[in-house]
Amino acid sequence: MSAPQVNFAYLDERTKRMIRRAILKAVAIPGYQVPFGSREMPLPYGWGTGGIQVTAAVIGPQDVLKVIDQGSDDTVNAVNIRRFFERTTGVATTTRTTEATLIQTRHRIPETPLREGQLMVYQVPVPEPMQRLEPRETETRTLHGLAEYGLMHVKLYEDIARYGHIATTYDYPVLVNGRYIMAPSPIPKFDNPKMHMSPALQLFGAGREKRIYAVPPYTTVESLGFEDHPFEVQRWDAACALCGATDSFLDEVITDDAGSRLHVCSDSDYCQSRQPAVATVEHETTPKELA
Amino acid sequence: MYVAVKGGETAILNSYRLLAEQRRGDRALPELSVAQIRQQLKLSVDRVMTEGSVYDPELAALAIKQAAGDLVEAIFLLRAYRATLPRLGSTLPLDTARMALERRISATFKDLPGGQVLGPTYDYTQRLLDFTLLANSPDSPRSVSAAFKAEEGAVPRVVDLLNQEGLIETRPVPPGDPAPMDLTRAPLRFPADRATRLQNLARGDEGFLLAMAYSTQRGYSHSHPFVGEIRLGQVALEIEPEELGFAISIGDLEITECEMVNQFAGSKTEPPQFTRGYGLAFGHSERKAMAMSLVDRALRAEELGEPVESPAQMQEFVLSHSDSLEASGFVQHLKLPHYVDFQSELELVRRLRAAAPQPGAEGDPA
Repeated sequence: MSAPQVNFAYLDERTKRMIRRAILKAVAIPGYQVPFGSREMPLPYGWGTGGIQVTAAVIGPQDVLKVIDQGSDDTVNAVNIRRFFERTTGVATTTRTTEATLIQTRHRIPETPLREGQLMVYQVPVPEPMQRLEPRETETRTLHGLAEYGLMHVKLYEDIARYGHIATTYDYPVLVNGRYIMAPSPIPKFDNPKMHMSPALQLFGAGREKRIYAVPPYTTVESLGFEDHPFEVQRWDAACALCGATDSFLDEVITDDAGSRLHVCSDSDYCQSRQPAVATVEHETTPKELA
Repeated sequence: MYVAVKGGETAILNSYRLLAEQRRGDRALPELSVAQIRQQLKLSVDRVMTEGSVYDPELAALAIKQAAGDLVEAIFLLRAYRATLPRLGSTLPLDTARMALERRISATFKDLPGGQVLGPTYDYTQRLLDFTLLANSPDSPRSVSAAFKAEEGAVPRVVDLLNQEGLIETRPVPPGDPAPMDLTRAPLRFPADRATRLQNLARGDEGFLLAMAYSTQRGYSHSHPFVGEIRLGQVALEIEPEELGFAISIGDLEITECEMVNQFAGSKTEPPQFTRGYGLAFGHSERKAMAMSLVDRALRAEELGEPVESPAQMQEFVLSHSDSLEASGFVQHLKLPHYVDFQSELELVRRLRAAAPQPGAEGDPA
């Protein structure tokens, strides 16, 4: 397929301006869901259109883009979104967290700590953290307005009453800047602590639900918990079978018919950077000519 | 060894090729042209234009061809195309009383000014497969065109006739005639006013609206509906450029309009009267227009002081789930990898099972 004749980063400039205004408002009110005029993108709703629109609104020719899905640069959806921006912007792309200025992600935060000046764009399927408890937006909007979060705390309490611990493992609700409860997108709760006081700007785009929200750099992000049942992250008994890491999020891979399993890092860049012998071509930043 | 996540780009490019082959089918047969689709699959084209929110039969036909006949996919293609088109201006409201009617039926009056015009419809075909179409027979000569001619001139609408007696609610233009919001430019917020709801329904998935409308006929918010009128025909699209000061026609649209007339028992402030549900679609899309008008009426429950008890009356339920792009995208996103989320759940379920009482142990028979 040849590159279509489209504007830089696909969206027209007026649309980008509308999205940037929503982003500015979101940054000004950390954790607050700003409604925006989400457009139909050439990729399906639910597949990252919110993140794509945010990225398209903020990306510039000097940016170096990294796209990950489930921690990996090589899953088909990550490849597809990266190709979309290669075709429509010609910016350089990378798989290395440290080299990227702009990282669009679905369901993970890289293991390598982010730094100032980096921008994380999260794809968000369901921006409303209370949607499964109260599906009516008119109601949840009021609850946010009044900072009335009893519903969420009761849900967590009921988990404890039933199971002895909080049974939420991903999209674990957080309190941002001491004010708004926010869905961190379906990242594993393992990643939640990385959001707290992060030096990077974190933007969240929900295309189908038409909401944008943000966590500015150095903002408190507190995972909900109770004094006697504090928030805790997942731990593994195993180490990564490829790089030996014990501090990263591990995916289980089934290796034979008998159900044998091994654990590997979900963050493919982190894993490869810890295996110097393997590191070759696929690591390099690839400047793409304008398509 | 562990290689599953590599090679995504090659796989995607290969899938494009396989898809193109699947779409083309047997190369011994001539390729379907966009013009053929436009002319001979008109009802598909009309649905794609309606839900795609673009009146362009050629592009709709192209989308159908590209989508290999998957209409929801074709609607997606058209929507993505229109998303970044500039807005050049706003038209004047369509005057459907001045439609050139190809079909016009009323279920409420046996005869009425302008008459009943059956026009093209599957309604009274006997649904037997026509095996002569299998034979690809040469076209029979046109016989209808001489006999049939679109009705010209203004034909009053049934609701206007009812209005002369004061039996049906009127919807006066609000003061200042404010411009409706544009759902394609601004997000849907609740509660949504009627103009916004109608926009949403007009773009809504026909199957979804049909099921919602059907539910109102089966006890989930019954509204005693009658088809006041369905009309199909060409209507002039007019703009009034500021520098001109008068309206000029920029072309004709084929549309289907449905006015549903519903009973209303009255309220403290309103005497008993008929109320209205409205449906409008591009091209010939009667099922869509009728379903839309029933759902529109159901969604007016709150405004008319009726109890909101059934799904079809609930704004958030209907309007948030009517869009095929949103629904199809989110349902199908489950195909995307969820390794990380699933891993988190695996760990949780193992932990819960470890803590749960062993099966076979005394007590809980489960």
